[in-house]
Amino acid sequence: MPMVEVAGKSFEVDEEGYLTNLADWNQDIAGYLAQEEKVEMTDSHWEVVNFLREYYDEYQIAPAVRVLTKAISKKLGADKGNNKYLYELFPYGPAKQACKIAGLPKPTGCI
Amino acid sequence: MSDMMDDMEGGEGVVKKFMFVNRKAPHGTIYALEGLEVVLVSAAFDQDVSMVFADDGVYELIKGMNTKGIEVKDFSKTYRALDGYDIEKLYVEKASMDARGLTEADLIVDVTVLDSAEMANLMAEQDVVISY
Amino acid sequence: MLHIVNKSATERNSLESCLRMATKGSAVLLIEDAVYAATKGGVAAAQIQAAMADLQIYALGPDLDARGMSARVLDGVKVVDYGGFVDLVTETNACQSWL
Repeated sequence: MPMVEVAGKSFEVDEEGYLTNLADWNQDIAGYLAQEEKVEMTDSHWEVVNFLREYYDEYQIAPAVRVLTKAISKKLGADKGNNKYLYELFPYGPAKQACKIAGLPKPTGCI
Repeated sequence: MSDMMDDMEGGEGVVKKFMFVNRKAPHGTIYALEGLEVVLVSAAFDQDVSMVFADDGVYELIKGMNTKGIEVKDFSKTYRALDGYDIEKLYVEKASMDARGLTEADLIVDVTVLDSAEMANLMAEQDVVISY
Repeated sequence: MLHIVNKSATERNSLESCLRMATKGSAVLLIEDAVYAATKGGVAAAQIQAAMADLQIYALGPDLDARGMSARVLDGVKVVDYGGFVDLVTETNACQSWL
């Protein structure tokens, strides 16, 4: 497995760049992963990333996009729980990019 | 990618009745987790999905698991996400619960309890049955 | 002799065979899916209760916890952790795993 070094500590990622150990995650690593994805993190990005981490903690899976959209809509409002908003934040897909930055595995249902 | 699969949903495809039958205890074998993951994937295709828990499969739904000691993921929490995936038809066979001294109150999600004859009828009306 | 059973008694006959062939005074350790047999209310409970007259029955705690079964353990069944598992193995002359 490839290793990456962030703030003087090294972490294992898989061949697609997803963090191997969920427990390794911290803000520095999220910043590094975001950089790799060419995403500039704003408060709105963090809100989604933190939402995903809470979702994972509660259900032990990374949600599929439409499930994420629905769940965000319920918690943060319909103006955020829609594809347009989420794809503007994460152009290559909220499931793929936001999950990666949140340190979660690839969403279940990914082929 | 799930993003891609989501684009495929909502087509004019035929909706079939899919039943996933779970008959294995969790953790001891990989069947229970694999079965659950397949159901989550199947949710992207907008089919009429039912999940059945019978025999040792009812153990998959027990409340209060703590898997830290055996160092595996506690995927019992994931059954609670099924609702968000629009998988709401969860059935448990009564005889299987009785044989294990379990009641609905012991389970982590809301289920419909069926007697064996009702379960048999439900199985008989499916287009596809996938068993774990 | 220490007998180790790891299969659910409601799915395989390993526990039944083990209890039939274990000699008086032997220890039986239930691990993985076999721990369900050591819990109250199940069909295997009566078998375990009857067996306790001649055998020492143990169940592995981490496996009970993982299955949400710790609060349902039958009276008389001794719950051990991994250290206790090792002690049972080292205290006995031979182990039999009923795979």
